[in-house]
Amino acid sequence: MFVAWREIRFARGRFVLIASVVALITILVGFLTGLTAGLAGQNVSAVLGLGADRIVFSAPAHGEKDPSFGDSSITAAEADAWTDAAGVTNAAPLGISQTRLSAGEKRAPAALFGIDPSAAGSHFLPAGTPMPRPGTVVLGEGTAQTLGVHVGDTVSAFGEDLRVSTLIPDTWYAHSSVAWVTLPNWQSIMSTGGQPAWASVLAVSLDASAQPDSIDSATHTVSRAPIPALLSIESFRSEIGSLLLIVAMLFGISALVIGAFFTVWTIQRGPDIAVLKALGARTGRLVRDTLGQALVVLVAGVGVGMLVTVGLGSLAGGAVPFVLSPLTIGLPALGLILLGLIGGAFALRPVLRSDPLAALGAAR
Amino acid sequence: MIELRNVTLTFPDGDHRVTAVDHASLSVPPGTITAVTGASGSGKSSLLAVASALITPDSGEVRVAGVDLVGLSRAEATAVRREHIGIVFQQANLLPALSALDQLAVMNELDGHSRAARAATRERARDLLARVGLAGHEDKRPHQLSGGQRQRVNIARALMNEPGVLIVDEPTSALDHARGMEIITLILELTRDRGTSTLLVTHDHSHLDRMDQVLVMSDGVLTTLDPAAATAA
Ligand SMILES: Nc1ncnc2c1ncn2[C@@H]1O[C@H](COP(=O)(O)OP(=O)(O)OP(=O)(O)O)[C@@H](O)[C@H]1O
Ligand SMILES: [Mg+2]
Repeated sequence: MFVAWREIRFARGRFVLIASVVALITILVGFLTGLTAGLAGQNVSAVLGLGADRIVFSAPAHGEKDPSFGDSSITAAEADAWTDAAGVTNAAPLGISQTRLSAGEKRAPAALFGIDPSAAGSHFLPAGTPMPRPGTVVLGEGTAQTLGVHVGDTVSAFGEDLRVSTLIPDTWYAHSSVAWVTLPNWQSIMSTGGQPAWASVLAVSLDASAQPDSIDSATHTVSRAPIPALLSIESFRSEIGSLLLIVAMLFGISALVIGAFFTVWTIQRGPDIAVLKALGARTGRLVRDTLGQALVVLVAGVGVGMLVTVGLGSLAGGAVPFVLSPLTIGLPALGLILLGLIGGAFALRPVLRSDPLAALGAAR
Repeated sequence: MIELRNVTLTFPDGDHRVTAVDHASLSVPPGTITAVTGASGSGKSSLLAVASALITPDSGEVRVAGVDLVGLSRAEATAVRREHIGIVFQQANLLPALSALDQLAVMNELDGHSRAARAATRERARDLLARVGLAGHEDKRPHQLSGGQRQRVNIARALMNEPGVLIVDEPTSALDHARGMEIITLILELTRDRGTSTLLVTHDHSHLDRMDQVLVMSDGVLTTLDPAAATAA
C-alpha cells in the first residue's frame, strides 16, 4: 500500500468524489433495508409471535400454487384430524380477518384474531397477557389511542360490542394492529359480516416424530413453516418483493460504479504500473495495491453512509416504520463492501496485462 | 557483469518476423561503461530489453550479475530485475504521486515485504539523492522538478537496490547539451564508484570518447568502434 496511499492522497479530489457516491448509495440501501424491515415487522410480527412449528392452511383454490392467509378456511374436522395425528402436540385454530373497529364516531382498522379460549391458544399473546373472555377484546395500544378507548370501554366490530379487557403493545398483521377475541366471538362476527367460517388457519406444534407432509395429504391441507408462511400474506409478498428488488439493484449499481471508477483509474495509471513492473514489482503486490485502494474507498464511503443512515434513521424512526438494527445496517454494509471489491477486481485486468517492456524507451 | 552470446531477438511483423537483434555478443565488466549507438530502429532498445530481463531472446545466452536469464519465468525475471538490475529510463518515468524521496523508497516495497527497516531505507534514499545533487529536493513531486532533476532522481532510483548492472536508455535525449554532459559525467562516476556494469544507449556522439567501449548497432548487428574514433566520426 506504499504507492496506493500516496496515490489516494495525491488524487484526493477524485477519491473523495467516488467515496461520496458510495456513501450516497449506502444511505439509500440503509434506508431501504430499514424500511423493508420496518414494513415487514408491521406485516408479520403477530404471525412470528404465534411460536408455531407449522401454520396449516386449507388447500389453495384450483390454479393457485401457494396457500394464502386471506383465502384459507379451516374446518373443525380438519382441526380434529391434525390434533389426532401422530407427532402433533398442539393444534390451535386461529381466525384471521381484516376488520374495522369503531367507538362512537371514531374508527380504526384492525386485524381481528380469534383464538381458542382453552389452553391451546394461550401462548399466542405476548407473555403475561390474560386471554380474552367471551365478549371482550385485547387491543393494541395504538388502536386504543386512535379509538380513544381505555380498559373497560366498548368497541364494536360489525355491530358486535366488545369490551376492552386489556391493552398490549401493538402486534402487527398486514399493517393492521391485531385485536384479539375468542374464537366463538370471531365466528359470530364473521357470520354477521356475511362470511361464516370456523377458523382461518391452525398453528401447530410438533415433536420430532411428526411428518407434516403426510398429515397434509391425509387431511387435504397445506402446512408451512412460519417464515415461508409469511409469503402467504399478500401485502408482505408484494411490498417486500419490490423493495428487495430495489436494494438488489442498488448493490449491483454500487459494484458497477466502483468497477467503472477503478477501471478508468487503473487504465490512466497504466504507464506507472508498467514502470513499477519494470523496476521489479511483484504482480501480487500491484494487485494488492489496487484492491487496497478499492477497499479504502469502500470502507470510507460505506462508513460515512452508515453513520448518516443511523443518524437520520433514529430521527425518522417514529414517523415511518423503520428498523435500525445491527442486522439492517451491518449486513447491507458488508454486502456493499464485498460487491464493491468484486467490481474493483474488474480493474485488475489492466494490472495483470500491463507489459513492463512498455516502460522502456516509451514516450509517456 | 553483463554477458550476451549470439543473442537473436525477433518480433512478429504481419506474416513474417522482423529481426531486431541479430546474433549479438557483448561483455561489460564491472566498473566499466559500454555505449551502444546506431540509427533509429536499428535495435538498441531491443538489446537493452534483453540485457535487463524485460524480454527473452529467441536464441543465445544472456548472463547478468551471474544469473542465466534465458529460461526464467516472468516472476523470476522480475526478481532478477528487482535485485540485480538498475534501469535508467529514457523518460524519467517517475510516479506522479510520489515525492523524490519516495521514488527511491518505493524500491524497498516492490516485493511485498519491506526488506529493510523503513528508517534505514529513507536514510539511504536521502544519501543517494544528495549524491546525485538533489539534497533539499526530497519532498518535491515530479511536476515540481526540472527535466534534469527528474533524470537525476531516475538515476538515483536505479541505484537504490545496489544493482550489479546498470541499464541506461538515452538518458540525455530530453536535456540540453550542458545538462546532458552533467548527467553522463554522473553516470560515469557512479559506474566507477559502485563498480556497476553499465550498458548505455545514446544518440549523442559527443561523449563517446569517455566510454570504455563503444558498439554500433546497424540492422540488429553489433560492431565494435574505437571510442576515440567514434567521437571524431
Ligand atoms: N514490441 C515490438 N513489436 C514489434 N516490433 C518491434 C517491437 N519493438 C521493436 N520492434 C522493431 O524492432 C526493431 C528495433 O527496434 P528498437 O526499438 O530496438 O530500435 P532502436 O534502435 O531503439 O530505435 P530508436 O533509436 O528509434 O529508439 C524496429 O524495426 C522495431 O520496429
Ligand atoms: Mg530505442
